[in-house]
Amino acid sequence: MADLQAIATQVRRDIVRMVHAVSSGHPGGSLGCADFFTFMYAERLRVNANQFTMEGMNEDLFFLSNGHISPVWYSILSRSGFFPVSELATFRKISSRLQGHPSVDKNLPGIRMASGSLGQGLSVAIGAATTKTMNADQSMVYCLMGDGELQEGQVWEAAMYAGSKGISNLIGIIDYNNRQIDGDVSDVMGIMPLEDKWKAFGWDVYHMDGHSYDNMREVFATIDSNKSNRMPKMIIMKTEMGKGVDFMMGTHKWHGSAPNDEQLATALAQLPETLGDY
Amino acid sequence: MALKTFGNKDTRSGFGEGLRLLGETNPDVVALCADLTGSLKMDAFQKNHPDRFFQIGIAEANMIGIAAGMTIGGKIPFTGTFANFSTSRVYDQIRQSVAYSRKNVKICASHAGLTLGEDGATHQVLEDIGMMRMLPNMTVVVPADYNQTLQATLAIAAWDGPVYLRFGRPSVPIFTPEDAVFKIGKADLLVQGTDVTIIACGHMVWKALEAQVQLAEKGISAEVINMHTIKPLDTEAILSSVAKTGCVVTAEEHMMNGGLGDAVAQVLSKSSPAPQEFVAVNDTFGESGTPNELLKKYHLETTDIVLAAERVLTRKN
Repeated sequence: MADLQAIATQVRRDIVRMVHAVSSGHPGGSLGCADFFTFMYAERLRVNANQFTMEGMNEDLFFLSNGHISPVWYSILSRSGFFPVSELATFRKISSRLQGHPSVDKNLPGIRMASGSLGQGLSVAIGAATTKTMNADQSMVYCLMGDGELQEGQVWEAAMYAGSKGISNLIGIIDYNNRQIDGDVSDVMGIMPLEDKWKAFGWDVYHMDGHSYDNMREVFATIDSNKSNRMPKMIIMKTEMGKGVDFMMGTHKWHGSAPNDEQLATALAQLPETLGDY
Repeated sequence: MALKTFGNKDTRSGFGEGLRLLGETNPDVVALCADLTGSLKMDAFQKNHPDRFFQIGIAEANMIGIAAGMTIGGKIPFTGTFANFSTSRVYDQIRQSVAYSRKNVKICASHAGLTLGEDGATHQVLEDIGMMRMLPNMTVVVPADYNQTLQATLAIAAWDGPVYLRFGRPSVPIFTPEDAVFKIGKADLLVQGTDVTIIACGHMVWKALEAQVQLAEKGISAEVINMHTIKPLDTEAILSSVAKTGCVVTAEEHMMNGGLGDAVAQVLSKSSPAPQEFVAVNDTFGESGTPNELLKKYHLETTDIVLAAERVLTRKN
């Protein structure tokens, strides 16, 4: 695979082109998580892109709970070989496997659970992690959530369960960009103190810079070295919504709006084609 | 004519015994409960297989999500709680994480309907069949007595896909033979008749049998069908019976809107319209009371089925 920065830049190009093509979708959070997804699929996750199975035996499992950032996931999945890159052109179009929010309904490789209605992914990840333990499968289960998503009550049911029962093959990640549809998370309904909340629920909590590959490597190495503490791990990942496109940063406005033709041109000028457009 | 029974028992105990048997025969079966292990009769499974039993606490949404996730890697999760907390409380979790995601979860629901009794309307769900049968990919099973609930519990473990299994709290007559074959989607024709078809599910099947006896004494020949599977519905059983009798009474411990009666009406109206009467709860919540008081007040007694049959007969051509 090409170097991580080159992949992430292409993923960002894919994201803005995909949402522009259908004048809908969620570019802000997708751009903010492009570096993280690139790191995960290029370096961290042990997955078999060529032979996807729903069961995922002896593979790491990744769940996206905040399903609205599907563009970044679709892009990295296709760029990692799960399905043809050309299929990105069907995003949100009729009969596509690339539904607005992730779905297993049309058997898109790489996806094991529908998401979009928020707050459900962590529970699912706990279930998958529990089955891995029963199957003596040593691989890990990952679940990415949005920070605004933490306002959903089910997240805290799951948090309490995983902490109480010591689900230690589970790593949660919070995309902490402090933005949601109606504004800053801290204004809409504050979620602080984030670290203390998860600690109080029995989780081993880490902070990570979602735009630094070095820091990501460091944090995951620390997590690996702490595996024996039998606690579920939660990473509070600082990101910038809209990262990589200057006019989409510093605001919540691009959470769920697509760029027009002119804005697309401006964005693409900041994101040179590295791996070939779809 | 006296009806033959094999004693009385609660249907939830049939579920508990079925789950216990599955524990011995199917290592993939796991069970999850939201703090109602005793009420759901899951104790034996819990005791015999502590490594495959998961106490989730009072967190039903989390339970449904965990169950959905557990299917990834081949487990067959059975969730257990009251019917209200198995459906209306967790409808979106079931919709997205189970039904839309086609996960092999068995949602097992006790204390359904009015016969929950004294706890009152907060717990007496009467909308669950409707909610569940509306979901694509969902199978809905409502067995009638202890033996059938046991067999249904075994059958849903072998069925690939999401299932809603509804049963109840009170002790009711057992009329299904122990060795009766249970086939999901294949209705039981219990009594043949020529004047009116009575289609019932759950606790109301026994009352339909009682009604058939009373109708016979009045010279009315009633056919009785136990429609234990609401979805997929045995349309053939409905159409062939009504082709013979020309009218139908449906009976269910459920809201009139959305339940078995609606499902039957839809089949008939599409291919063979016939007069139909509905024995069901008519757009109202329940309340506290003994099961029998409630069945009387909300018109779910044997007499109500008899009266409905007489009414529908007057509407026949």
